[in-house]
Amino acid sequence: MSDARRQILGNVRRSLKRDTLPADSQAAIERRLAEPPSGPIPARGQLAPPERVALFVKMAEDAACTVTRVPTPDAVPAAVADYLARENLPAKLRVAPDPAVADLPWSTRPLLEISKGRSDGHDEVSLTPAVAGIAETGTLMLTSGSETPTTLNFLPETHIVVLRAGQVVGALEQAWTELRRRYGRGTMPRTVNLVTGPSRSADIEQTLQMGAHGPRRLHIILVDGEANP
Amino acid sequence: MQAVTSPQFKENAHRALADAQLQRALSHVKKNFIERRAAAAARLPEFEALRDAARDIKNHVLENLDFYLERFEQKVTAAGGQVHWCADAESARQTVLSICRSVNARTVTKGKTMVGEEIGINDFLEANGAVPVETDLGEYIIQLRHEPPSHIIAPAIHLNKEQVADAFRAAHTDLDPQRSLAEAQTLLAEARGKLRDRFLAADVGITGANFLIAETGTSVIVTNEGNGDLTQILPRIHIVLATLEKVVPTLEDTATILRVLARSATGQEMSVYTTFSTGPRRPGDVDGPEQYHVVLIDNGRSRMLGSEFREALRCIRCGACLNHCPIYQAVGGHAYGWVYSGPIGAVLDPALLGVEQAGHLPNASTFCGRCESVCPMRIPLPKMMRHWREQEFERHLSPAAVRSGLRLWAFFARRPALYRIAAGLGARLLKLWGGSAGRMRSLPLASGWTAHRDMPAPEGRTFQQQWAARRR
Repeated sequence: MSDARRQILGNVRRSLKRDTLPADSQAAIERRLAEPPSGPIPARGQLAPPERVALFVKMAEDAACTVTRVPTPDAVPAAVADYLARENLPAKLRVAPDPAVADLPWSTRPLLEISKGRSDGHDEVSLTPAVAGIAETGTLMLTSGSETPTTLNFLPETHIVVLRAGQVVGALEQAWTELRRRYGRGTMPRTVNLVTGPSRSADIEQTLQMGAHGPRRLHIILVDGEANP
Repeated sequence: MQAVTSPQFKENAHRALADAQLQRALSHVKKNFIERRAAAAARLPEFEALRDAARDIKNHVLENLDFYLERFEQKVTAAGGQVHWCADAESARQTVLSICRSVNARTVTKGKTMVGEEIGINDFLEANGAVPVETDLGEYIIQLRHEPPSHIIAPAIHLNKEQVADAFRAAHTDLDPQRSLAEAQTLLAEARGKLRDRFLAADVGITGANFLIAETGTSVIVTNEGNGDLTQILPRIHIVLATLEKVVPTLEDTATILRVLARSATGQEMSVYTTFSTGPRRPGDVDGPEQYHVVLIDNGRSRMLGSEFREALRCIRCGACLNHCPIYQAVGGHAYGWVYSGPIGAVLDPALLGVEQAGHLPNASTFCGRCESVCPMRIPLPKMMRHWREQEFERHLSPAAVRSGLRLWAFFARRPALYRIAAGLGARLLKLWGGSAGRMRSLPLASGWTAHRDMPAPEGRTFQQQWAARRR
């Protein structure tokens, strides 16, 4: 394999009509990697917090998400129970072990059956936390980890995501900033999912059908009550 | 490698034009993709500036490709993954097979990957006892029908739902043969059920990559179905197939290109699932693959990098050039005879297969320029097709009639006095021939034209004669 590596890199350099990059060019690229320049940032997302959150909600709904806004985290269990009843779904939830959602006051809704952990494909409804909401496109940023298994984002038919209003940023670049704050520069969690609406396919006659392989429904519970400057 | 029928492009195109079913299916291309892309671009005032920025990012990468590839490999290794460098299709196939064999893989699920088609990975794995299952709905349908994709992002666009229903009835024999499959939603639900079992049973998952990020050692896939995600998180092994030019420097650069990708492809603001994968599962993780392999494939790219076709390596496979091409709209993707169709296929296929095999494709263009005008990466596709035509001529690959015709024309064009006399004679002769109708129903050497329409006759004087007369 190392032969192939040498051969490929040699061919690349021959095509570029040079040897390995000179030191000053390498230094310039290192600088570019250390302080990544941004391309044009869409102005549409660069808004004050209330309007930014409103744009997130609108864009998420345009992407076929449903959104419920609640005033405090304590109100999440009731909002979940109401949503499941409204959609005629079983009152049974697979919840990510992350304290942000696992420690919500679920006992206030004793009829909700809560279990925690990854999904094996038999759960109808999952609930996970988000790392960020991206207003410009109504996108959720979800990350994998021991308390946030990725299977919860894809296997159940209904996926409920709890997002705090303070986590809503204007542009994707601002979500990268948040990710780097959590994980450090140049390192990533195993999986970062940017999710914009529920699963769909238009592969049959270009007609859009919802619920291809991932969730048919993506419901966002947006917790207000704290502002982000 | 998939059978190549590009040398038979003309026959393929004739067949496609006469295929009523195909023509009905192709009508969806114009209606959906074009309007949606235009609307999405219009909604984003920064769209044109983003195209410039996206082009500049890829130009920067290509200029420094060796550096970014090495950095990408370092970061993948640091995250616990492995990069396998493969110079050609054969070594890529062998690499994938040996990884599959290391866990005695029986079932391999696959997300949509064009380079997978390019290296013919499915047939190869199947012949070697590891059964690949396509999981993208469109790819699943064409796999059942043993067909190649006819579009980069909508592989089954050449089919109607009745044909999909027939394929499902033939394949899903355990289900009630009397069931109704009249609706697209029913077909989707059936595929979802069938594929869910395969996802959960698979030993290895293979995906492509829309991007490889050098900063973090990350591969990125973009899907709407979520099939690529189930493909990569459920099996023990995740294999990423990617060609060299997929690398981008940073997360910010990825954000810029993502903004033009979905809008150009489907007219969405953002595809449903954009997934960033870095290495295998971490300590404490309860799901995700135990092994993460990137099969990094050259297969002609390093050669293209040093040629006049370098800019085609900026391509992000959005399919916009296909959707907007009058030739693609008329004949569909299969007529092109290999993996990549439409204008980008007319540039890539001769580079990857040789102009001897795929020389017809760059000739299948009206040079209307719409492909370049919608390309998010601003690839000068018509210019590149012209390069191929030149090479074809230089290598004496164009047909004898074309060559002798051009030689005859060149003889006169180099002798202006003779040219004027001959053209003047010709114009008068044709006017006589055209008679009072002013047109000709048939013309020697021009039956290709007159078979379908009359040839208008000249009015008796050449352009140069009229020019000279009017200047006075």
